[in-house]
Amino acid sequence: MADLKTLVLGRKDVQDMDEEQELPSELMTINMGPSHPAMHGTVRIVLTVDGERIVKGDIQPGYLHRCFEKESEHATYTQVFPYTDRLNYVSPMINNVGYAMAVEKLLGITKDIPRRAEYVRVIVSEVSRITDHLTCVGASAMELGGFTPFLYFLKAREWLYVLLEEVSGARLTHSYVRVGGVSKDLPDGWMDKLLARLDEIEAVMVEVETMLNNNKIFRDRMAGVGVFSKEDAISFGLTGPVGRACGIDYDVRKDFPYSIYPELEFDVPLGTTGDCYDRYLVRVEEIKQSIRILRQCARQLPTGPGERHIIDDPRVALPPKRDAYNTIESMIRHFKHIVDGIKVPAGEAYTFVEGGNGELGFFIVADGTGRPFKCYVRSPSFVHLSSVEKTMHNHLIADIVPIFGMINMIGGECDK
Amino acid sequence: MSQKVLDALAKKFGDAVERTETQHGDEVAWIKRDKLVEVATWLRNDPAMAFDQGMFVTAIDTLDLRRPDANGAIRVVDLEAAGATRFEVCYQLRSLRHRHRVRLKIRVTEADPRVPSMTGLWSSFIWQERETFDMYGIKFDGHPDLRRIYLYEEFVGYPLRKDYPKDKRQPLVRRSDLPSSES
Repeated sequence: MADLKTLVLGRKDVQDMDEEQELPSELMTINMGPSHPAMHGTVRIVLTVDGERIVKGDIQPGYLHRCFEKESEHATYTQVFPYTDRLNYVSPMINNVGYAMAVEKLLGITKDIPRRAEYVRVIVSEVSRITDHLTCVGASAMELGGFTPFLYFLKAREWLYVLLEEVSGARLTHSYVRVGGVSKDLPDGWMDKLLARLDEIEAVMVEVETMLNNNKIFRDRMAGVGVFSKEDAISFGLTGPVGRACGIDYDVRKDFPYSIYPELEFDVPLGTTGDCYDRYLVRVEEIKQSIRILRQCARQLPTGPGERHIIDDPRVALPPKRDAYNTIESMIRHFKHIVDGIKVPAGEAYTFVEGGNGELGFFIVADGTGRPFKCYVRSPSFVHLSSVEKTMHNHLIADIVPIFGMINMIGGECDK
Repeated sequence: MSQKVLDALAKKFGDAVERTETQHGDEVAWIKRDKLVEVATWLRNDPAMAFDQGMFVTAIDTLDLRRPDANGAIRVVDLEAAGATRFEVCYQLRSLRHRHRVRLKIRVTEADPRVPSMTGLWSSFIWQERETFDMYGIKFDGHPDLRRIYLYEEFVGYPLRKDYPKDKRQPLVRRSDLPSSES
């Protein structure tokens, strides 16, 4: 067969073609999505294909655009938390933490957050990271024909969702973190339940890795597919597991440490080839590292009567309910807090955390009122999706499935 | 943290850098629009700077923004007095090698909201600039494919501008049994 380029792009006239030798190869435009089983969330790709081979793919996000930024500008700082839940809805706790840290930076209280609150934030973040990776790996395996890992991983994810529901009251949209700490303390005996579940998750990981790692079908579909060079990955701003699979040694938790991460011991897995199989391996290893972090947190979590779960600062934290109902001062404070919001001094700040998919940043401009003047979110899914147009060039249509699966594009986060 | 970046910028491009500041640990440099590509190219290529990753692009619509003035009083920024630059385009850059960051800011007016595109330097800005164009109507000169990204082509206006009402609706498919979208 003639070279793809000459056949497709260099050909001028149909008459010039040798009808006996080659089929007339006309480019075809097909539409993939927005509602397609392999498209996580809703995204549309207008594919230009030459047979099965992709010549050009125009990715069109936006079907899940919910005006996150515009809505945030009209909500008080505390009211933005539920919106952040809906960005990356498989790891909402990390979004909560990232946003809270941005507001705390503007308030200048980053150093004053109670130790216990910091630990609780890291614990729920890492649990969220595990749920994120479990969803990504499980769903991708299912799309490639392995239904069992999907069921096993979703079972494990459900254990963690039940635990997060115990903490926050909601299974998926937790809205648990607050500016200055977390909304309520961990329930009694919760850490023991978590540790017991972590052991079970480790057993599930062994089962699934045995099924997938050297599975011929899985490897054939993943290895060598969607390769991204390190230079391109840097230029496209890839971070998180996708960037690390390309060999970029960058993890916000290590390179710009925040919260109590400097006190914790964990490794950052790196890939070598930057293909889909490396992304899978990096994610699996990160689940194990998160389990390691959680076990350390369980040992180090400060407990005792003096340990607070939220900052003791009347500007930021709500008064205790008992006081709000019984003293006029606290009632006024409660009212002002709810109606006017937390008064954040004018200024702007960019804060970023290691999200499930990569660097999740919040760029907030405050104007001294109780509502953000601007609340921009740097969503890793959006940045990563922009690289897919380049990645999928010259791949087969079937390769879109693992590429998309391993980018782990989350519609809510990508489309804001 | 990265004060040396700001110092080096001011030293190398004295007149192109309007001013530099550090806010909450974030380094910000205000760059003149016509010098932006020159400054950015140097930031990317100079070994001591090596800003190899472009993190995000966005714009700030300063219409009705309240900021502290020289006396510390919070007041609405007077666009006329400030040279009538309504928009601030922000480019956040980061160096993987040196682990430092900087934010470049460019002022543009409402009448001429143009900024040279930086997609040639950092590929991640291809979509980010499209997003900023979609939401704020900033035109990026030299962008290879400047289309709306979240919204549809027929959308009128730029929704994140402060003068775009939050409750304004623009349904793509107009239906006779629904109230008119022109309100």
